[in-house]
Amino acid sequence: MDAVDIARAVRAGARTARDVVEEHLTAVAGREEELHAFNLVLADEARSQADEVDRRVAAGEDPGPLAGVPVALKDNLCTRGIPTTCSSLILEGWRPPYDATVVTRLRQAGAIVVGKTNLDEFAMGSSTENSAFGPTRNPHDPSRVPGGSSGGSAAAVAAGFASLALGSDTGGSIRQPAALCGVVGVKPTYGLVSRYGLVAFASSLDQVGPFATSVADAALALEVIAGHDPADSTSIPRPAPSLSAVLDHGVEGLRIGVVRELVDAVDADVGARLSAAAAALEAAGAKVDEVSVPATTLGLSAYYLLATAEASSNLARYDGVRYGLRVDGDDVGAMYGATRAAGFGAEVKRRIMLGTYALSAGYYDAYYGQAQRVRTLIIRDFDVTYASYDLLLAPTAPTTAFALGSKTADPLTMYLSDVCTIPSNLAGHPAVSVPYGRGDDGLPVGVQLLAPALGEATMFRAAAALERSLAVRGQAPGER
Amino acid sequence: MVPISRDEVAHVARLARLDVTDDELDRFAGQLAAVLAHAADLAAMDTAGVPPTGRPYPLVNVLRDDVVAPSLGRDEVLAMAPAAEAGRFRVPRILGEAP
Repeated sequence: MDAVDIARAVRAGARTARDVVEEHLTAVAGREEELHAFNLVLADEARSQADEVDRRVAAGEDPGPLAGVPVALKDNLCTRGIPTTCSSLILEGWRPPYDATVVTRLRQAGAIVVGKTNLDEFAMGSSTENSAFGPTRNPHDPSRVPGGSSGGSAAAVAAGFASLALGSDTGGSIRQPAALCGVVGVKPTYGLVSRYGLVAFASSLDQVGPFATSVADAALALEVIAGHDPADSTSIPRPAPSLSAVLDHGVEGLRIGVVRELVDAVDADVGARLSAAAAALEAAGAKVDEVSVPATTLGLSAYYLLATAEASSNLARYDGVRYGLRVDGDDVGAMYGATRAAGFGAEVKRRIMLGTYALSAGYYDAYYGQAQRVRTLIIRDFDVTYASYDLLLAPTAPTTAFALGSKTADPLTMYLSDVCTIPSNLAGHPAVSVPYGRGDDGLPVGVQLLAPALGEATMFRAAAALERSLAVRGQAPGER
Repeated sequence: MVPISRDEVAHVARLARLDVTDDELDRFAGQLAAVLAHAADLAAMDTAGVPPTGRPYPLVNVLRDDVVAPSLGRDEVLAMAPAAEAGRFRVPRILGEAP
């Protein structure tokens, strides 16, 4: 059931939050063992939160815009007193002493946290296979990956375990799993949503955003979590945008460019769905044509130097001193080295090594410095393009969901999964992946709308138009 | 492809405070070289005079009013530490034995 409908029914007293929660916990009981979307299911906490929402409704108090809506949280969002693992052994058992700002805002809005979802360790990956606790499986075909790194959140929404979920998107980690699981996923403008309490991966790229089964649900969720937070120095000092109110405004007269370089990067069946989406937007009144944004082809290389450099610095904090795992050694240096060797998985180690190399004396300017300058070129290319276009349209991922194990042997092959999503992170721009039919293998395909900074309202108008054109909603597998 | 030696990988691992096995030295040498080879497209770009971008939106000097506000309790924070003693984090010795 959609979040918008649940909140309306619970607020009106037509349905209890407790009933909603029990329905979702039943869905979890049915398929969680098979899918492993969660690192932790919070059944008792969810029931008591639901009872509190029902008490407020009964007492005539405002229970909030997300009253009774079950949400799943990626397990790199801090939850006070509740384990937050980042799917890493180095944080196993850690209980944060505070809630992330987005978690506080969801709770205040009446949402019910039903669990913490699996991810690639520290959000580093594109398949959720890099979790220390085992992979998540795609609800549409359990032999396939759900995408990543927020694969657990995407799978939880696709399987009906939660009505909404939050993830984090550093290079595509919300949009790519949303596409592979057939749900809506939003990467907001950098700074629109607070990062306070999001465990840092690459601080100049990370952004929190929602997963949902409809564009309207995603809009409602983003309205709740967006807006200035003094606890995040990169938070943009302005209020949350109004999105739900513009969803039916249509795309008449909008100029939308289809990004040639990103279309060239994808499989034919994915490209065919993109062409269908372009035609649908044109039929709805938008002016759609192809556009070249050449520097987007440099995104992948720039990203894997910048993100790893930032990660190598951010992950220096896992040293066995203040929280998490410690492996003892004769002196503090030996303790550091042994703790980090035992606590980090292979992909995290690889990225720490790559980032440390890119930042090291003699290579800093050639790798990290050059990537930062190319980042400027990519932003300039977008700026030039947005002088003539309101929005851009692109594929979300090069392929549909791939088989577990098929890309784990070669890191570079896995990295290519993010080629269409990375440019938005480098530019700090918003983007949304909308399910748009299925590929030749019958699995979901997502298409991506990109907007300039703070262009969420226009982006959501077009996303809603796309959704209407196909009447596709990310239904749980088997429902249609 | 830019070759990366085992010695270079070992040096980077020391900088990263990460113990690595012999097997990892070989594996990382190959994998790092492959990713850096892919980054050759960056090296080919003329970026003379192009300023670097560190953050998408430069927000400088973000300050708050200098007022006392609640912060995390010491005991609550130390409760999560692998080892604590007398209100402090406890760590192995930092300096070697005096000669």
